[in-house]
Amino acid sequence: MQISFDEELGGLKEKILLMGSKVEEAIRLAMKSLVDRDTKLSRQIIRDDRDINDLEIEVDETCHRLLALHQPMASDMRFITSAMKINSDLERIGDMAVNIAERAITLNELPPLKPLIDIPRMASIAQEMVKVALDSLVNRDPVAAKKVCERDDEVDNLNDQIIRELLSYMIEDRAAITRALNLIFISRYLERIADHATNVAEDVVYMVQGKDIRHRRG
Amino acid sequence: MIDELAEKEKKERKPVEKEPKNEPRSDSRKIEVAHHEPDASVKKVKMKAEGVCAWFGTKQALFDVNIDINEKAVTAIIGPSGCGKSTLIRCFNRMHETVPGSRFAGDIFLEENSIFDPRMDPVAVRRRVGMVFQKPTPFPTLSIYDNVAVGLRLNGTRDKKTLDEVVEKSLRKAALWEEVKDSLQKAGAALSGGQQQRLCIARSLAVELEVLLMDEPCSALDPISTSKVEELIHELRQNYTIIIVTHNMQQAARVSQKTAFMLNGKLIEYDSTEKVFTNPANKLTEDYITGRFG
Repeated sequence: MQISFDEELGGLKEKILLMGSKVEEAIRLAMKSLVDRDTKLSRQIIRDDRDINDLEIEVDETCHRLLALHQPMASDMRFITSAMKINSDLERIGDMAVNIAERAITLNELPPLKPLIDIPRMASIAQEMVKVALDSLVNRDPVAAKKVCERDDEVDNLNDQIIRELLSYMIEDRAAITRALNLIFISRYLERIADHATNVAEDVVYMVQGKDIRHRRG
Repeated sequence: MIDELAEKEKKERKPVEKEPKNEPRSDSRKIEVAHHEPDASVKKVKMKAEGVCAWFGTKQALFDVNIDINEKAVTAIIGPSGCGKSTLIRCFNRMHETVPGSRFAGDIFLEENSIFDPRMDPVAVRRRVGMVFQKPTPFPTLSIYDNVAVGLRLNGTRDKKTLDEVVEKSLRKAALWEEVKDSLQKAGAALSGGQQQRLCIARSLAVELEVLLMDEPCSALDPISTSKVEELIHELRQNYTIIIVTHNMQQAARVSQKTAFMLNGKLIEYDSTEKVFTNPANKLTEDYITGRFG
């Protein structure tokens, strides 16, 4: 009985990690489709999101089954409840990648507004945060997880800076509004990705240490 | 009625107690509320074990157990078979010493008084600290009514009206009255297992009970009877201090406010039930409640 339960827990972790790697890839490709102005790639990302959505449902079903059949306690309980929350954060990150891809499709139809510098930088920090959050889950490493939470401010600041800059483009030239707005949305999506990565990291800390560090309680 | 009796009894007992209870208690209450439970219903300490060791012949069953039991709360004791849970609660009403060849060291206090004080009558201790066992133990040939009244009769109560009142009140408190009120003269053994268990609880309640020890009270019961007994435990804790030994960890989690984990005769961890079942401090506790051993 215990053996099959441990196997199921292991399977659950693998599913979460599979989902994590798909999500990381989706962010990377969404940014690539924007920078390279590759609409075909954008459409592929939108299609591939279905896999992430299917995984979300599978993970939830596994968690429900484990809770109902095994009444897990202590670290097992913490792992499963955290897995459910991480699951929905990852799925949301996937949606953000889709949103970026959709904006990229619009932007690819129009001449470039400006060379993209800060947005790719922001994307690489957000991607890194997702990656480290997932690594901290694999390694059960609360120290690494807390570092992820600290980086969130960096992304927030970049987001503010990008919005200010694009606002000035819009004030100067009404023809820039559509493109600037789309870029502002992309910046906003990246900022949300960083928030979801922070949530994942906070759940990892709870899972490992049983300590709730959300909302500056750490 | 029974409360009046208990009140009266307390008044009569008072001269024996050396110090007034109020001041030190209100202090300890403050500390409890601040550190243990967010819920302000946390109580003073009702029973206290200090350095308790117990032996059966040469085999030592308990090693230096120290534990404070909160008043009007449910304390669960969990641990694998043979870890000393039952032995510990059998010390709490001096039943351990009734086993031939047994020995005991340390001390146990009921409020301020040691239950091993030579002036304490073990039978009186057992009236105040009653026990319910794994298998229901009604007197099989006595009627339901007499099963409940037996304790009072032994104490010399003869007045029919008083007995009627106490029997009804005890059966009501044990959530059994509605099921048996028309058949009080039937034999106790004619009831179902769950009803018999509640009858035993009613029997304990009929005397001036303060602490109820329950040794695996539901392990011989089906889920419906179990949930009735658990519901009853929940109600009784408004007025009584309850210590429950159980193998069923979900049950411990459901009914208790504090949980003690024992292993090989030692108390390993003792904390709020929520803490023990979500994030235990000790690796052994973690391994036991997640089913990794035991």
